[in-house]
Parts: sequence; C-alpha cells; structure tokens
Amino acid sequence: MTTQMITIDGNEAAARIAHKVNEVIAIYPITPSSPMGELADQWSAHGDPNIWGSVPMVVEMQAEGGAAGAVHGALQTGALTTTFTASQGLLLMIPNMYKIAGELTSTVFHVAARSVAAQALSIFGDHSDVMAARNTGFGLLASSSVQQVHDMALIAQAATLEARLPFIHFFDGFRTSHEINKIAAIDDETIRAMINDELVFAHRQRGLSPDHPVLRGTAQNPDVFFQARETVNPFYDAAPGIVQGAMDKFAALTGRQYHLFDYVGAPDAERVVVLMGSGTGAVNETVHYLVERGEKVGAVFVRLYRPFDMAACVNAFPATVEKIAVLDRTKEPGSAGEPLYLDVVSAVMEQWANGDAPFAHLPKIVGGRYGLSSKEFTPAMIKGIFDGLSADKPKNHFTVGIIDDVTHSSIAYDEAFSTEDDDVVRAVFYGLGSDGTVGANKNSIKIIGENTGNSAQGHFVYDSKKAGAVTVSHLRFGPRKITSTYQIERANFVACHQFNFLERYDVLRLAQPGATFLLNSPYDADTVWDYLPRSVQETIIDKQLRFYVVDAYALAAEVRLGRRINTIMQTCFFALMEQVTGKPLLSRKDAIESIKMAIVKSYSKRGQAVVDMNNAAVDAAVAHLHEVTVPQTVTSMFERVPAVPAYAPEFVQSVTARMIERVGDSLPVSAMPADGTYPTGTTKYEKRNIAQEIPVWDEDICIQCGKCVLVCPHQVIRMKLFDPDSAEPAPETFKSVPARYKEFKDMQFSLQVAPEDCTGCTLCVEVCPVKNKKQPKFKAINMAPQAPLRQQEAENWDYFLTLPEMDRSQLALNQVKYSQLLDPLFEFSGACAGCGETPYLGLMSRLFGDRAIIANATGCSSIYGGNLPTTPWSQNADGRGPAWSNSLFEDNAEFGMGMRVALDQRIEAATNLLRQHREVIGVQLVDALLFADQIDDAAIGRQRDRVAQLKTRLDELLQANGSAEMAHDLSNLKSMADVLVKKSVWIVGGDGWAYDIGYGGLDHVLASGRNVNVLVLDTEVYSNTGGQMSKATPRAAVAKFAAAGKSTRRKDLGLLAISYGNIYVARIAFGANDAHTIRVLQEAEAYDGPSLIIAYSHCIAHGYDMKFGLEQQKAAVESGYWPLYRYNPDLALEEKNPFSLDSRRKPQVKLEDYIYREGRYRMLLQSNPEAAARLLALAKGDVEERWESYTNLAAIE
Amino acid sequence: MDLSTTYLGLELKNPIVPSSSPLTRHISTLREMEDAGAAGVVLYSLFEEEINRASHTLDRYLTEGTELYAEALSYFPEAPSYRDVGPEAYLDHIRKAKSALDMPVIASLNGVSTGGWIRYARQIEEAGADALELNIYYIPTSLEISSAEVEQIYIDVLRDVKSSVSIPVALKMNPYFSAIGTMSRRLVEAGANGLVFFNRFYQPDLDLENLDVTPNLILSNSAEMRLPLRWIALLYGRIDTSLALTTGIHTSEDALKAVAAGADVAMLASELLRNGVYRIQDILGGMKDWLLQNEYESLDQLRGSLSQINVPAPAAFERANYIRLIGSYDPAYF
Repeated sequence: MTTQMITIDGNEAAARIAHKVNEVIAIYPITPSSPMGELADQWSAHGDPNIWGSVPMVVEMQAEGGAAGAVHGALQTGALTTTFTASQGLLLMIPNMYKIAGELTSTVFHVAARSVAAQALSIFGDHSDVMAARNTGFGLLASSSVQQVHDMALIAQAATLEARLPFIHFFDGFRTSHEINKIAAIDDETIRAMINDELVFAHRQRGLSPDHPVLRGTAQNPDVFFQARETVNPFYDAAPGIVQGAMDKFAALTGRQYHLFDYVGAPDAERVVVLMGSGTGAVNETVHYLVERGEKVGAVFVRLYRPFDMAACVNAFPATVEKIAVLDRTKEPGSAGEPLYLDVVSAVMEQWANGDAPFAHLPKIVGGRYGLSSKEFTPAMIKGIFDGLSADKPKNHFTVGIIDDVTHSSIAYDEAFSTEDDDVVRAVFYGLGSDGTVGANKNSIKIIGENTGNSAQGHFVYDSKKAGAVTVSHLRFGPRKITSTYQIERANFVACHQFNFLERYDVLRLAQPGATFLLNSPYDADTVWDYLPRSVQETIIDKQLRFYVVDAYALAAEVRLGRRINTIMQTCFFALMEQVTGKPLLSRKDAIESIKMAIVKSYSKRGQAVVDMNNAAVDAAVAHLHEVTVPQTVTSMFERVPAVPAYAPEFVQSVTARMIERVGDSLPVSAMPADGTYPTGTTKYEKRNIAQEIPVWDEDICIQCGKCVLVCPHQVIRMKLFDPDSAEPAPETFKSVPARYKEFKDMQFSLQVAPEDCTGCTLCVEVCPVKNKKQPKFKAINMAPQAPLRQQEAENWDYFLTLPEMDRSQLALNQVKYSQLLDPLFEFSGACAGCGETPYLGLMSRLFGDRAIIANATGCSSIYGGNLPTTPWSQNADGRGPAWSNSLFEDNAEFGMGMRVALDQRIEAATNLLRQHREVIGVQLVDALLFADQIDDAAIGRQRDRVAQLKTRLDELLQANGSAEMAHDLSNLKSMADVLVKKSVWIVGGDGWAYDIGYGGLDHVLASGRNVNVLVLDTEVYSNTGGQMSKATPRAAVAKFAAAGKSTRRKDLGLLAISYGNIYVARIAFGANDAHTIRVLQEAEAYDGPSLIIAYSHCIAHGYDMKFGLEQQKAAVESGYWPLYRYNPDLALEEKNPFSLDSRRKPQVKLEDYIYREGRYRMLLQSNPEAAARLLALAKGDVEERWESYTNLAAIE
Repeated sequence: MDLSTTYLGLELKNPIVPSSSPLTRHISTLREMEDAGAAGVVLYSLFEEEINRASHTLDRYLTEGTELYAEALSYFPEAPSYRDVGPEAYLDHIRKAKSALDMPVIASLNGVSTGGWIRYARQIEEAGADALELNIYYIPTSLEISSAEVEQIYIDVLRDVKSSVSIPVALKMNPYFSAIGTMSRRLVEAGANGLVFFNRFYQPDLDLENLDVTPNLILSNSAEMRLPLRWIALLYGRIDTSLALTTGIHTSEDALKAVAAGADVAMLASELLRNGVYRIQDILGGMKDWLLQNEYESLDQLRGSLSQINVPAPAAFERANYIRLIGSYDPAYF
C-alpha cells in the first residue's frame, strides 16, 4: 500500500482525524483554532462520514464555555465528542474540563496553543493556555509538526478511549496550526485499526440512558469527597503506558514511532535541552548540526506532558548528561519556575533520590523561557542555550530571543549562526494581502509538494492592519524533510510584489549573498535602477544579487486580473527557480503545466472565465520577466522614508517606529511599558500611503453638507470653518471657499483630505449628493491618483491641522454638517477599506470623545482600535480624548459597567466631600458644581472651568496648613475632582459579543439601570475571526457554520431590551439616515440610564464591494429589513409613546433587491437555489412580521 | 385549416413560436405556451458574458479580504459547486423543457469569445435542444471598427458554431447592417439554416432628475413590425433559408401579414408579456377564421404571396415608398 502524501496545514491535519473519529463536534470560533471547526463543519455539510459511516454533527455554540458544556453533555450521552479551541477559549472550558476528567470521560480537545491575554491580547502561539489547563485532570499530548498533529490526533483518540482520561492534544498556534507542510496522510484503514470499537461501545454504554438509568454529578460531603477524588489514581497511573502502547501500535501501522519522551543527539551528550511543541523542529536541526561537528549535545522532546511519567522522562536522558536546560513556552510570574522546568526538576530529583536515575552525576538543571506569542525560536538561540550550559554556573530562569535589560534574564547568542543548507530553496515573498501573494504561495507549496519528490513548507506572517495589509511568506523546498520551525533568515530568493515597499521596509535584509531578487516594478529593466532607494541599490551591489523585474500590474490589467498579480508573480518565481538551486525542482514546462493544473483545481468551481483569465496570466508572465543589468555604482540620491516623522513624540520615535519598520523584535524589555499602558493618538504618525487614488474636493460645487466627512471610515476627510483674517498664510494649493452656512457667513470653509492616510475606499464619492452639471460623472468629491498629489496635499493637510477647531458650544451638533466640523478623536484606524463600523466610532468620538471612557469587546473594533503598533483613539488640542480599554470578549458589558460604577462611586464621594466642606471651599463654587446641569457642551465646558477653579482653590487651602483631617479630605477631593465633569461610558462591541458570548452579561448590565451607552456594531457575523455565524446572522445568509444558509431568524436584540421598559433602545444605519444616527447617539448619551444602540455595519464579510455599503444600508432600511427606530423611556414619563418607528418601507424595494446584491446571500442562490428560494420566503415572512410588530408598537397611543 | 409550416427543418403545426423572453424561464409557463397552441419555443438566451460576470463576481467575493489578516484568512465557506458560473442551469433548463414539452425547443446563445460560442453551442446540442438561435447582440461602439469587420464577426461566429454542432442554427439579424440583402445571402452561404428578423436592441433612456443613463425596456407595438416585414418580403424566394419574423406581432392579422410576406414562423414576446401566454390561442383562432373566411386552403397558400417577388407593385418595398410617405407630411398642411 502506498502512502498518500498531502500538503496541508496543522489545523487541517488535526481536523481530518477529529472528523473521522467523532460523532458530535461542538465549537466556537477563536484564533488560531477556528479553521478546525470550519473544516469539520464544511465536511459535515458535504455529508462526509466518520469511520462508522455516519456524518458528525457540528454545532456552533455561543461561547467556549457553552461548547464545553455541550461537549460534556454529548459525552455524558455516550457520543464520541470533540471540540477545537485556544487561549481564552480553553480557559472558559476549564470548569467543564474538571468535570469531564473527574468523570473519567474519553474525549480529545484539539488546541492550537496560543498566548493568554495579560498586559495585552495576542493571537499568536505559546503554551500559556494549555499550561493554564494542566491541572484539570486532562492528559496533555504535544505535537510539534504538521505530520505529528495528524499522527498524535489519532494516537490521542486511541489512548483516551482505553485510558478513560480526556486529552488535550495541542500544537503551536500559527507556527504549526497554519504552517503548510507535505505529510503522509493517514487512511481510514489505519484509523480503524487504531480505534478499538469495543472501547467505543463501552464509552457509548456509559452514556446516560433511561433504559439503564444512573445518576452522575452528585454533590458530595466532607466525609467522602476526598476519597472519591483519589479513586482516579489507577487510571492516571496506567495512562502513560496506554499512550505508549498506542504510539507503538501506530508505529507498527505507519512506521512513524513516537515515545512519551523522545531523545535526539549524541549518545554521550553532556548538555541537553528539554522542550515540547514546534520548537523541537529547530532544536532537532541544531542538535544534529552540532553533533556532526563533535559537540556532545542532545535534546529530550516531551510528547506526553500529562500525566507526567517521571521515570520515562528521566530515562530518556543519556546517562552522561551533566547539564539540562528545560525550556518553557509560557510565563508563570511569581512561580519558582515555569511548569515544565518544575516537572523535570521534580522528576530528576525524585528519581535520583530513589536511586532510579541513570545519571553518573546529578545533573544541573536550569529553566528558560522562549517563544512567547510566536516569538521566533531559531538555531542561533538554541546554540546560545547550549553555549550557556557550558558555563560553570549556567544562568537559571533565563529568557532567550529577547533583550531583557531590566532584570537581565536574557542570554546572548550569535545571530549569525545558521544551520540552513543551500540545497533548500528558501524563498521570501513580500506582498499585499489584496494582491493574492499568500494564496499563490500556498498553491506553489502544493505544486512542489504534490508534483515532485521534494518536501515543501510554507509559513505566513500577516499584518495587524486590515487595509493595505502586508504579508510575508516564507517558503522552503528541498530534497530532505523540512523541519525548520522558524522563519527564513537567509533567503536565496526574495520577491517584492509591491514596488512601494522598497521605500518602507528593508525587504532585502534576509537576502543572502548571490540570492535572486524579483521585483514587481512599473519601471522596465533599463530604467528601474534609477527609482530604487540608495540602500536598496547598495544591498543589491554588495550582496551581488541577481535582479529581475516584471510589470505585473500592467500585465494583470491586460488579462483583466485587476490588482491580483499572484499568478503572474508565481509563474515568474517558478521560472527563476533554476537560478536559485542550480537545477529547478520542476522544469519550466512542467512548472507551467502544474501551475495551470493548480489554477483549475483552485478556480474551476468559480467558472471557466476565472480559469481562463489566470491561464492567460501564466502564459504571458515569463515573456514579461526581464533581468536587470546591475550597475556597479550606487547612483540613487534618495533613501527609505523614515517610519515616523521627526516631530513625533519620543516614545513613538524610539518604540513605535521600530514596530512599524517590522523590527520590533529588537526592542528591549526596558522599552516596553510594564503594565500595558500606551499613548493614544499615534496612528497619525504612521503614514502608510496605501491608496492608489484619493478624494479631491471640488470646492466650487460643494454644498458643504459634511456627508463625506461623516462616512469616511478612516476619518481622513475633515472640514473646518476658520476666520480668514486670523489664519496663517496657506500653501498655494490649499483650498477654501466662503462658508455657505448662514450662521457663519463671514467664515471661510475648507475640506481637506489626509493623502497619506486614505485607503481609497471611495465611500465619500458614493455619498456625495452633488453632481457636476456639465459633467455629471464628477461629483463635489472625486478620486484622483495619489502619487502626484501626495506631497502637495500632505502640506495642505499639515496646514489644515493648524487651523483651530470651532468652539463646539456654538455648533448645533444635531445637524450632520455642524457635527462634522468637530475633530474626530478616532482616526486612521487599521480597519478594512470601506469599513461600516468605524464611521459610528468617528461620530461618537466627535460628539463625546473628550469625556468618553470606552470598554471595547474583543473583535474587529478592539483590533483596529488597539492593535499595536499604533493607536487610533486620539486627543484634542486640550489633551482630552477617549480613554479606551479592552478586557475580554465575553465580559465587555460587565467591564463597562465596572467603569460606570467606579465613576458613580467617586462622584458620590466627591459630592459628599464638597457638601461637607462647602463653607471652606466656597458656597458659590460648591453649589455651582453640585447643581450644574451639564446638558450640553456649553454647560459641560462651564463645569470644566469650575473644576479647574476647584482644584486651584483646593491647592490654596492645602497650602494654608489646615487640620490633618481637612488636608486629607481636600487631597482626596482633588484626586477625584475630574469626575465632577460629566463622563460618558461607552460599551462597544460587535454582534458576536452582544448577541452570543456576552449576551448574558449585556442583559444584566442593561437591566441594572446604570448610565452606560452600549454601541453594537452589528455586522451580523463574527467578522474578526472570518465570518462565522452569530445569532445576529440573518436567515438565508451563508456564513461559516451556516454553509447551507442560516435557517433560523435573527435575534431581535432591540425588542428584548425594550421589554425592560427602562432602556433607551435604537436601531440605526448611517448610510440610510445620518441625521437619525446623530439624533440617536445624542439621545442615548443624554438618557440617564442604560442605552442600547444597534448599528447596521456593512462589512467585507457580506461579500460585495464596500463602496456600495451605503447603498446597501439604504436598501436594507427601505426594504423593511432594517427598520430604524427609537425607544425612549423618557417619553413614557411624559405619557407619550416611547417607541417611534423612524423609517418607511418603499414597496418598490423588495427584500431580494436588497439581499441578492450581497455575496453572502447570492452564494446560496448559486449553490442551492431551492434552499435559497425556501429561505427567502421565510425571510420575507420575518420582515413582514417584524414590521407589523414595530408598526403596532409605534401605533400605541 | 392546415397551419403547418417548416422552420429550420423542423415540422411545426403552426407558425406561432414564442420568442426568447423571460417567460421562457419557467417550465410551467412553457407548458402553458404549448397548451395555448404554440408550435415551438425559443428559450431565453444563455449569455456568456453573464456567466463570465457571475464567475468573476463569485471569484471576487470569495477572494476579497482573504489571506491578509491572520484571524480571518477567509470569510465564506466553500460550497461544493456554484450554478450560475457555468452553463449548467441553462442546460438543465433545456433538459427539463425537452422532457416537459412535445413542441420543439430552440435554444438561444449569446457568446463573447470564439471558445465560448463553440463550447456552449456543443453543450446546448448535447442537452437536447432541437435547434439553436444565435443572438449576436453586438453594438460596435468603437470608432475604429468598420462595417466590413462587424459583418465578418457574424460570419465567423456562424461558421464556428456550424462546424461544431449538427442541429439547425438560426441567426438573429442585426437591423443596422448597411446591406441586409447581401449580409443575408452571405450568412446563408456560411450555413445559416434560418434568419430571424430582427434583433431588437434595447435603447437606454436618460434620467434628467439624477443626470444619469437608465436602462429602459419598452414592449413592442404592431407598427414595429414594418421593418422586418419589409425585409422578409424582399428576401422571400431569393435566399434559400428559413425566415422568421420577430418584433411587433400582436394580433392574428400581424401573424398573417408575416406569413404573407414570406415568414415561415411568426415569433412574439411583447404580446405574451403584456396579455399572457393564452393570447396564442386567440391569435391562432383569428388566423384560422381569416383564412376560412377568405377561402384559403392552407396557410401555406398565403406564404410569400405578398413578398416582393409576388406583389403586383414590387417597387412599393423599395425607395419610392419612403419618398411617398415623407412627401405626405407636407408642412403646409399643418
């Protein structure tokens, strides 16, 4: 029997087995484990069976806690059940995990191990999560490569059934979960051979059934709980042997042998490292390299971490070992050491004390931390660890891979050390997310992996921005098995798919001497040299690179590929492969054929037209590839642009800029704030220049309505009124015209675009209501190429920023045009181009930002709002602005309520002190402070002045040497005086939070009556994790976990809140009615109680061009799908109907006219028209019913 | 009364054939057409451009936003297959129509590429269509393309398709050819089994309120029949191919005129869209009544009787007609 080789990533490797050996799969999306659930759901939706011939049932729950509960229930009812999770998700499962283990239940949880949020959230990989679950009683089995994930998933399943211990099977998030590698597939026959059906039946038999009833889950008293807890010991004692048995059986079936602890290295090694997970790949490579050069080193790889078999651990070491470094990929602050270190110390000491250790001498053991949050772990670092062990007193509790200049935990290493061999193609590709680079590289790996005898590996590094995202692909191909679990450090091929990256990043940093450099260039081979920055020219000459160019964008336009240059660049890469290794892995002819086969495989489902278009690109690519004759002298007179401008604050210069330059790894510990606190307003220093075209204002026809300013998702369009007489002289091209507002007719009006921050989404053009009468194709704002305008408009932008903001108390902020005269305190976020959420945040920040505290649920808004390097929440000229924090995904409402309660408590304490010392402080001032109404900006401004007076007065009194008690009170009052100015607490999050994982908390907070403002940015899907269904997902839409179209109706969150009677509730859609949106935000904020605003947010996950987002919002409202309404409890006090239906349906706009313009609905029409028709009919019924119920509510007298 | 006729070699019980329209999208409506007496039907067109657009759109929304942000490498689950990115839905429709109807089913194709015309024509034949109508909907907007080049496109497409399929092929004529007679002859020489007069190109309207161009569909009226009527009358008996008159047939009188001019079949859509498919019954009834009242033996006796070669005043179809008509509008009288 031949083994089938497949090229897949770690998540798929786990999911393939899990889907084959389970009956129920309960999941909840969380990075980086989500693809496992999505694949399982997809396979079940397609009817793919498990090894018993039935199709596993996949259920998406409302949270990981819910998934664990469902898993527990399914297990208790005898089903083979699994789940996939990571990080906070695993933490939410812990209570159930204790139960599942305590009840000796067989299951395997597959975990893509990820950092647990501490000073910050991180989606990347380490062992913090699994280590937090190590005390639940679950077994822990570690995989360190894609192949192992596939293998261990099965071994774990076989072992859990026999041992009756539940297992966490884990592998490193991203490094393994997302690495693509060529592996040997396990066939069904092997799976069947590994899984003992008798054990499956026994598991089923233990399930609850009224046909043989039992009771499980008692409450026990002090008399027996302890003893009952000890009953499981024999199972834990037996488990390691059972796991080893499963490993041995697996080896007999596949030839791949694993042990509880595997040793590699010199048989007489003196220095040995111990670790588990993906780092073992790099260690394995380094150990072999060093042993070949005579070093007595070795490594113990931990496979089964729990139950920890001490004897097996100790016996894995060679007897010659003298020094051991135990490496943990986690941090346990305040502990005696990290967990694996402590376990190894215990094992060695215990075995030594018992006389069971094989060592000649008791080895010295040190512990170290590495690789937190996917920090690179390279052969150079590993060599550094071995070198460190050579010292007489090796450093303990060390770190490696960072510079710790605070507590000096880090060890030094020689960065130049490398174990990479030149027979491996090591190719690094810099691309834009939108140009298809990663997709093409994934195809390349499959082409090499599946069409040649070579091994192939792909690792991908993504951006923290969603618009203009940079991707870096690391691809290795070679004749030997590739185990290099670190990014390429010496590339023999570098491709830069975007010419402008040359001015932003050091793309040739990784190129080794003599490497091949492929550049997508608008300039041909004869002229390109003159357009390269000086340092790029220097590197090309110094490293003697072979330099090729292709104008991929021109060619893509020719073959109608638009901005997708992936196929062209991929073809050029294959054409140059010979260059890299001396002989190509595939002949050029075979490569072209293979690329075309891959195109058919990838795209044929999408239609022949797409296949033809890509094939045309392949056919034309090589002819457009040209070698550049590299001059021997550097001629360029320009350099890469600095990451941030010279006027940026010191922290931004020294810290933020390094991250922007993609060299944040070099920042030492001392550079980082210790408690996760960062300055706001730093996006403005990161000039990304990602727009090909930017808006240009036609001042002559503009009616100054402010709509373009309001809808701009990145707040790059601003407008101001200014006094022309007092303004500084403007740059020559700066535009302004007399204001059209009658209240400000003597002022000058200007509308300015930030040219280097725009993403080019064109929403502004779409919303502009003015057409040029002579040429109606032009509006009052039109797109034009950015490059020629960049410098001029950047100067104009800088000048514009010097113009003072209008006094907000003079503006009628309930009008769109006037509200947009205020500066936003949220700008240039990392959201997608055309984002439907950020305009709401921009507006909210304009209206209330100078006194807002924001609790932000994890999700898109916490990522574009708080993902480093830069922060979009900003400050006004007075240094005031939103204070923002993210706690978790599930607790955001409670987090915000905590903020409110803290403020309320301090307001009460401060007012009590004011009353108590009224006479001393001053009756007039205190009364004014206490009875200030603060109903508008003018009144709030007056209160700010009073608080300033109060502080001055308190300083005077404190200097006057009063009693100690008085001094204490006055100091206390001064420290909290700011709360006397009205604060606005905003609880912001998406529908995944509000409708699902956070709903329980949200419900509680809304019911509390506290004055918080909840803004739900409702995209009707989990956008941040890639489009999974939430309870806000509408019927008939396709989403992940609703591949066949969501069959149930969307939850009416608003009506649920209205039922309390004391909550301000509104539904808004700025694209349909911007004035309504502003009114709602103001009413909600003014309401002295909880308010809930449900905001329609168009999203990239809806499957259409975002520039039509506003049109779609309008269609959603006019079709009756998204009625706009307000429920204001204050009106009930006036005996008026609190509910007002604020939108009208247009009979000519049918539901299908709205929905079938979006891919999420059209996909069902295309894939299953019958289901689409059935669900459309039901969805129309939903609209009718809901409209009727709202109409009835509005009609109440 | 014998109304039978032969079109594209297909024996039809009468000359009434519903032409390509949205009505032909539903099998139930096709059945009603047959019940009402239709002798055959031309299905709505398979538009290669539409398929391509659907394909590109699907590709775009499955691709957009993917592989750029680590947490969301895609946004949609992949379905096992998609229908409108290929001809499958159309081919299915042919199959269903064939199994539901006794009358011949003529498919209609609008291609954009040589490969597309050939590929889809073959697939249409394989799906069981009795004949194929080529709907070349081409507006030569370029200022560089000559009339000869435009004509050659029609000839080439017809040749390509004819060499790929064995079912009869009709071609829907463009009313804007400079030399319709010559063009008709060339198309027949290139293998056309039938010519359909004429393709009715929709003309967009202007929206003054929104300063925009708007697509606009206006149903035909009987007066529009004059143009095809003239050309069929001119060509009858002079070229060896089936002739179909489409555009402007609303009454039995219109249908009789079409046959009298020389048409083998009278195609209609606007009338059925406006008044329902059972209008076919009325029209057929009216035709029979007229033939009986006027003591015709069969419809065939009428066919071509008022064509140019058979009328007493053949010049009436030529330029004099125009001059006389214009002359009648003497401004002095208004």
